[in-house]
Amino acid sequence: MGLKPVLTKDFHTENLEQLSVYERTGGYAGFKKALEMQPDELVELVKKSGLRGRGGAGFPTGNKWSFLPKGVYPRYLVCNADESEPGCFKDRYLIEKSPHQVLEGILIASYAIGCNLAFIYIRGEYLPQHEALESAIEEARQAGYLGKNVLGKGYEIDVILHRGAGAYICGEETALLTSLEGYRGEPRLKPPFPAIKGLYGKPTVVNNVETVANLPHIVINGADWFGAMGTPTGKGTRVWCMSGHVNRPGNYELENGTPIRELIEEHGGGVWKNRKLKAFQPGGASMMVLLPEHLDVGLDFDAIQKAGSLAGAGAMVVMDETTCMVDAARRYVKFFHHESCGKCTPCREGTFWMSNLFDRFEAGEAKATDVDLLLDIGYSIDGRSFCPLGDASTWFPRSVIKFFRDEFLEHVSEKGCPFKKMAQEAVA
Amino acid sequence: MALAKPTVEEIKTRAARYPSRQSAIIPALWAVQHEQGYVTKESMGEIAQILGLPPSLIEATASFYSMFLARPEGRHDVVICVNAPCMLRGADEMAAYLGQQLGVRDGETTTDGAITWHSTIECLGACGGAPMMQVDHHFEENLTPERIDSIIERLRTEPAPHGPKPEKAAAVARPRAKRTQN
Repeated sequence: MGLKPVLTKDFHTENLEQLSVYERTGGYAGFKKALEMQPDELVELVKKSGLRGRGGAGFPTGNKWSFLPKGVYPRYLVCNADESEPGCFKDRYLIEKSPHQVLEGILIASYAIGCNLAFIYIRGEYLPQHEALESAIEEARQAGYLGKNVLGKGYEIDVILHRGAGAYICGEETALLTSLEGYRGEPRLKPPFPAIKGLYGKPTVVNNVETVANLPHIVINGADWFGAMGTPTGKGTRVWCMSGHVNRPGNYELENGTPIRELIEEHGGGVWKNRKLKAFQPGGASMMVLLPEHLDVGLDFDAIQKAGSLAGAGAMVVMDETTCMVDAARRYVKFFHHESCGKCTPCREGTFWMSNLFDRFEAGEAKATDVDLLLDIGYSIDGRSFCPLGDASTWFPRSVIKFFRDEFLEHVSEKGCPFKKMAQEAVA
Repeated sequence: MALAKPTVEEIKTRAARYPSRQSAIIPALWAVQHEQGYVTKESMGEIAQILGLPPSLIEATASFYSMFLARPEGRHDVVICVNAPCMLRGADEMAAYLGQQLGVRDGETTTDGAITWHSTIECLGACGGAPMMQVDHHFEENLTPERIDSIIERLRTEPAPHGPKPEKAAAVARPRAKRTQN
């Protein structure tokens, strides 16, 4: 357990974003080895490794690949680099430091599923990272890793880099595909799942940046090596994005199962300004809040779920004792309201009303009964929305009401935010 | 304003790569915005013509995405994040300071036309360097009032990052990505 740099192992190397440097660290050896194998062998290898998708849902990657219907071509691979979950900044880091590692993973996945045209959907705000990938693709093309006849092995692959334009919803895989087809980024009904009917109605696999970045290492070192890291149901490592009230925020690659306490106290240097820990939130904006009593939970999909939250996209937002939980929840709710695509009523209207109610609390205009009204609205959204965006908009605020109901009531009785008042008094 | 030749060429090249021309709508909107700084109804009509698609489709797509601007703004675009992870590290105070120094409200442009600023609830993906803001697509992290002052000073005199590309620009490699700290 603890720090375990696999994806980030060479990130201290100067100019790692250049092909020659990446190759010197062992880069593209995984793709070369993969080309010597049968595609089916690769699918089996990844299945056996136990790799689960790093985008949030934790679905086993090899299984996802094997859902593609036999004999239906063309088929597409789409790498989801539309990282926009508040609290997450790992895909940006992985692309920026080593764009070739991401590209090599994409090439391996494409070969494994029999795809000749892959896409990278990168969020519009990540312009320098877009440029890093663009250069990497060009370098790889000139070196023969991409093209009509890759390294003389008769395999054809091209990669198109596609830039989004500011829409959180496009991180949801069906909305991403709709957006890639040139439409407004609205989600589609599942089933049919993208594996059956995805991009342009063809079988499609959507994999996250961190997921594909694992592939070169699994191909080189084997499924057993990968399986030896982590927990029985959460193999390997994850890059955790730590932010908020810690001394050393940033990205940390840890073996799965490492206690949350170690991430926050040891690597993050503990809570800043010698304050006490109040709460933390794994997974990003969507996920439920956890308390200091959960510090010994392991960083792992299943362990975090058992504790009452979700590991999601690997964020860790730390909140100290001066944090107004109502305001924190208000920001996230406003975010979901802003990002709701408007397709379905529960999400479009529900996030609007939740956002209004939160504003009332913060402004000191709320009534005590508004707490239950919030829960009621949350109940009307969760499980009743078209896609997970609506559902997820309710998880953090509802968990905050569960653990910090008193803070909502204080906002009512004090006719405003008690934490803001405290901060103002401290200055005066 | 008719689109510059390199922009038209870029749109055609992009469209030829996708299995469907429609997929080139967002890349085309980006190409136009890079050239002109914003996307007018007229340029959407031109995109429609180049791609052989109905103009309504281009407009429907463009209006969904928050990064496409419908009207000219200041030479520089400054966006400061106020979502929860940034709020925890003082983003509200930084946003207030920024507005005060620029002398205009959230969403407005400075009187000299140099800077349009707004706060955003959309996380920009730099929570580890909070508080942060995006200045013409580059991230400025770990903001302090002093850093904000020096950024504003620089932007007041710098030219806009967008504008027509020189004829050969498409063939020249783009500058290397700026590395940010992590």
